[in-house]
Amino acid sequence: MRFGLDDDREALRSTARDLMDELCPPAAVRAAWTREPDPAAWRALADAGALAVLVPESEGGLGLDETYLVGVVEEAGRAALPHPLTATALVAAPLGVAGATVTTDLGASSALVPAATFAEAFLLRSDDGLRLYEAEEVEIEPVETVDASRHCARVSPLAPGEPVTDDAAAVQAAFERGVLGTAAELLGLSHRMLELTVGYAAQRHQFGKPIGSFQAVKHHLANARIQIEFAGPAVLYAAYGLAQGLADSGRAVSQAKWLAQNAAAVTGRTALQCHGAIGYTTEHDLHLYLKRSWALARSWGPADFHADRVAASIGI
Amino acid sequence: MDLNWSETQAAMRRDLRRWIDRNLAEWRAEIGAELSGDTREGFAQQLLWECRLFEAGWSAVAWPEAYGGRDGTLWDWLIFEEEYWRSGAPQRVTQNGIQILAPSLFEHGTQTQKDLLLPRIAAAEDLWCQGWSEPNAGSDLAGVSSRARRVPGGWVLDGQKTWTTRGAFCTHLFGLFRSDPASERHRGLTYLLVPLDLDGITVRGFGRLDGDEGFAEVFFTEAFLPDDAVGTSVVLGEVDRGWSVAVSAASTERGLLRSPGRYQATVAGLLDLWAERGGDAALRRRIARAWMLVDAYRLQTLQTITTLLEGGDLGSEASLAKVWWSELDIELHEIALDLLGADAELEGPWSKGHQFSLAGPIYAGTNEVQRNIVAERVLGLPR
Repeated sequence: MRFGLDDDREALRSTARDLMDELCPPAAVRAAWTREPDPAAWRALADAGALAVLVPESEGGLGLDETYLVGVVEEAGRAALPHPLTATALVAAPLGVAGATVTTDLGASSALVPAATFAEAFLLRSDDGLRLYEAEEVEIEPVETVDASRHCARVSPLAPGEPVTDDAAAVQAAFERGVLGTAAELLGLSHRMLELTVGYAAQRHQFGKPIGSFQAVKHHLANARIQIEFAGPAVLYAAYGLAQGLADSGRAVSQAKWLAQNAAAVTGRTALQCHGAIGYTTEHDLHLYLKRSWALARSWGPADFHADRVAASIGI
Repeated sequence: MDLNWSETQAAMRRDLRRWIDRNLAEWRAEIGAELSGDTREGFAQQLLWECRLFEAGWSAVAWPEAYGGRDGTLWDWLIFEEEYWRSGAPQRVTQNGIQILAPSLFEHGTQTQKDLLLPRIAAAEDLWCQGWSEPNAGSDLAGVSSRARRVPGGWVLDGQKTWTTRGAFCTHLFGLFRSDPASERHRGLTYLLVPLDLDGITVRGFGRLDGDEGFAEVFFTEAFLPDDAVGTSVVLGEVDRGWSVAVSAASTERGLLRSPGRYQATVAGLLDLWAERGGDAALRRRIARAWMLVDAYRLQTLQTITTLLEGGDLGSEASLAKVWWSELDIELHEIALDLLGADAELEGPWSKGHQFSLAGPIYAGTNEVQRNIVAERVLGLPR
């Protein structure tokens, strides 16, 4: 019995953290609001093998499992990376779709697809399972969304595409991996929003004192920290469940998503409140992370969807 | 990452499950109607149960065998707790000795203190209650004003302790006393081990919110505490340095006092109640949510134990868990009452459990104090 990342997994995560700190700072996320994201961070992740963690070694990947990748995805979430890491590395790669920037509509209830304006390949639901389309094989109708760095669009196929799988179980497994990735991103976003707010509360003075010395502020931040503390292990367990093919892995994935969206909701509200008016601007960086968390909280199944899945799995 | 139990651990779980099921039935047949351990009669019943646990080596699984344990690890402790609460066995009336005093003894006790006191705790021969709170020192524990005056051959105690759980039924008290009269706050306090049958000590039990005589106040009036009143030194740690001894115990109390097994058992009870009574979609989601929170606590504990076994320490992080389990326990019981509907006002295990759960955010350091600790020591916010 041992619960936690070992040295190898921690190293991969730490590499991702360093890459994100260097290549995906808040300025890069901000820039991605008005133009295609700078590819530097994405290329660095690809060079580090992060996009091919789940690809077999025989096909040039790392041949590892979800417990290695989940920390990387969390770091990408923490940085609000605009590129579709969950769709590419977690959802598509194990289906044999590798070597491209892939996006998917599996996480949306409509044909709303993130990263649609710059993705190289589209993994879309079809009547017979999942099909892959190249960028020129789909019609892209950009839409305005709350988080413009997501580059969402409505996407409809113009060509038959290439069948990827018609196996319902494989489609379901791809969905589970997408939910896991989204939970990990939400966990990372929660960490980032809390860090920003703790930093601000220590530095911002009112009534002659740092606002972080006031108990009301402390308790808000402690509550956020508590929600994050208990979401983290659930996300790791969901990765382990998928990696091991455990019977309860679907439930574990839903639990992880529910807890992570809850942690992000509590932390986001707290972050905004404790920043005061400066947080309610687009000049401050907080909104970059806050808006990403709102988008992810409700994609790949909103809270009630996952609570209902858990309810069914525990026999009620 | 490996979430499989070893063959030895799985075997221990099986042995324990068989042992508890058989012995619980025998003990219940022996005592007749089972009463709350927070009443005098119930306490006496549960001492018989504690003796069974001790004789079979189950009273403190993680302790060395020499002290009455099983040489187990924290994993064995976790398994024990899961099986124990699953079985519906009573709460442990020896809990304060085993879970609060003993960790301090292991860390700060002399060899003689450990050799003499630990086996008696495991065997439920010495029954310890805690003497932290006073009428004017609750959340602000450093405000302790009960005094210990050094005299030849011992100490003279004066003052009052209160909210002493099961104090009226226990034989001994551990607590903090101000030994340096010129001292303030957390300096000048000594951690003392006190038999409650000394002249000059009066214990008065009184009713808690749930109606049981689970609380006591303890009055010390010129009570002479001989240096060897517990068969060995009555001072745990150093004279005037009791605060650090108490703090080490506080972290253990918050971190490991309430194992996930308790809440796993409570949520299992909720599922049974749902099967019996049913409810609407909103209630169903609340149960699913509570189930997730319980399981998240289980997973976080697996992570914590891994950290502890790899040389990490619990420290301030214990406060995160204390807020989590105490608020979760209330939610679990409120869901049960909502499932029961108008029947919720009937006296019974759920109404009793609900009242007890409401104490959770208060005892072992209020949740407000825990949040301050999280903010200042985990997040590093300014004091």
